[in-house]
Amino acid sequence: MQSNAALEYDYTVAKLYTYTTILFGFVGMLIGTLIAAQLAFPELNYLLGEYGTFSRLRPLHTNVVIYGFTVSGVFATFYYSAQRVLKVSMAESKLAMFAGKLQFGLYLIAATGMVVSLLMGITTTKEYAQMEWPLDILIVVIWVLWGVAMFALIGIRREKALYISMWYFIACFLGVAMLYLFNNMEVPTYFASGGVGAITHSVSMYSGTNDALVQWWWGHNAVAFVFTVPIVGMIYYFLPKESGQAIYSYKLSLLSFWGLMFVYLWAGSHHLLYSTVPDWMQTMGSVFSVVLILPSWGSAINMLLTMKGEWNQLTDNPLIKFMVLASTFYMLSTLEGPIQAIKSVNAIAHFTDWIPGHVHDGVLGWVAFMIMSGLFHMAPRMFKREIYSKKLVEAQFWIQTTAVVLYFTSMWIAGITQGMMWRAVDEYGNLMYSFIDTVTVLHPYYAIRALAGVLYVTGFVMFAYNMIKTMSSSRELAEEPQFRSPMA
Amino acid sequence: MDIRELQGYASFFMTVFLVVVLYWYIVYLYRSEKKGEKDYEKLGNIALDDELDSTPVNTSDPLPNDKKEQNK
Repeated sequence: MQSNAALEYDYTVAKLYTYTTILFGFVGMLIGTLIAAQLAFPELNYLLGEYGTFSRLRPLHTNVVIYGFTVSGVFATFYYSAQRVLKVSMAESKLAMFAGKLQFGLYLIAATGMVVSLLMGITTTKEYAQMEWPLDILIVVIWVLWGVAMFALIGIRREKALYISMWYFIACFLGVAMLYLFNNMEVPTYFASGGVGAITHSVSMYSGTNDALVQWWWGHNAVAFVFTVPIVGMIYYFLPKESGQAIYSYKLSLLSFWGLMFVYLWAGSHHLLYSTVPDWMQTMGSVFSVVLILPSWGSAINMLLTMKGEWNQLTDNPLIKFMVLASTFYMLSTLEGPIQAIKSVNAIAHFTDWIPGHVHDGVLGWVAFMIMSGLFHMAPRMFKREIYSKKLVEAQFWIQTTAVVLYFTSMWIAGITQGMMWRAVDEYGNLMYSFIDTVTVLHPYYAIRALAGVLYVTGFVMFAYNMIKTMSSSRELAEEPQFRSPMA
Repeated sequence: MDIRELQGYASFFMTVFLVVVLYWYIVYLYRSEKKGEKDYEKLGNIALDDELDSTPVNTSDPLPNDKKEQNK
């Protein structure tokens, strides 16, 4: 370890991931808005030949927002906050810096490969695990490099106690490592068959119900360990730091952490209710989903109580607005999910638009709000300039909040309408509606969703513009702000 | 008893065991702080005072730190 006389935190890797977060956020959300519009106006499927169809773009949308936008955001905030809570600079560890930079280089290659291969229709067809085996191997290397950087920093830390955010980042690392490896066990058919077929093609090592179970053990825990765990880690750092208020109850944060770890892994089978998996396993998925409310709300309430006595900041500081609303959307989403996992509710909700409605109040309201506010908080410290425009942040907040509300309310109505129409029978037991009847009825709600997408992307462009101007031409800061992020 | 049933029982008893462990952990957290053996809440300051040259909080154990303070 060097002397820390002239030492500073080194944000090189955090900056690189900040750029990709902005890039992939824009691309992923733009595609999402296009496919939302395609559902309302099907002729939009034919803009770009086979590359513009819903079936090609939908997996691209989910993969770009999960592995492009969110994972970049997780890495950016990790490489920023881990140094600070461990009180050690990346510049002090050649290993951490090397692993971080190599990880970013490989990440760019993998992300490009993901976009190209999915556009070309190369896919395993397993949801959120569509990337084929060569990319899977590359992702394992990237993930291991993250672990190397993480534990290299932890190994030389000055702060011996690991702050709660670090626990969450470590859990993200370990959870995804385990789940990703198990779910992507696959046989490359070209090699197994002695040179027949496409070299990129593979089949799962599991079959039938087992494959479905492992897939949703992964699928649901991608939500847990990519969309929840690291984002909770972010809010535990950024909200206290931005507000100048320590976490309301550190004990509750520890308790919620272990509760979440204990419960989340067993909730995945709620995706397979009324399927061929054993009945006890379906019930277990439902029960654990309901129990999951406790640790989720434990963290969310802890965050809201952190603002106790300081609620005036909610009106003064738009970043606090983002974070408090993110926490509130986390509460909404983690109440809605368990409700959908109850078997009788699931009988109506399954396969309907209520499901993407639920996912989006979580990802747009919780994940993206937290990542954007985290990056806004980081920007003045990384680039030593104040945030370019407070008015723009305020406007972005209201536009995107309106967008999220429009999205989930339209999908709630669409989903329940759909579910009720599908199961409606006449006095003789015949189905009352054909599928196209539901499509006709749902058209206005699909149009509202597309509008919500346009509003959200507009807000994201404002965020990107504000960030780029902050990096390039905003007023320079003489010293680093302690708590509240300065903005013009 | 077939393998599925065994899996069900194994899952149930593992759940019960982990619930006991989790509740024990809650009791441990609050009891150790009440007795003055630990001070978890001061760990919250790690996020607030996070400069490279800030004094580390280091431990949730209040006693050795207090003694050090007294010896200075």
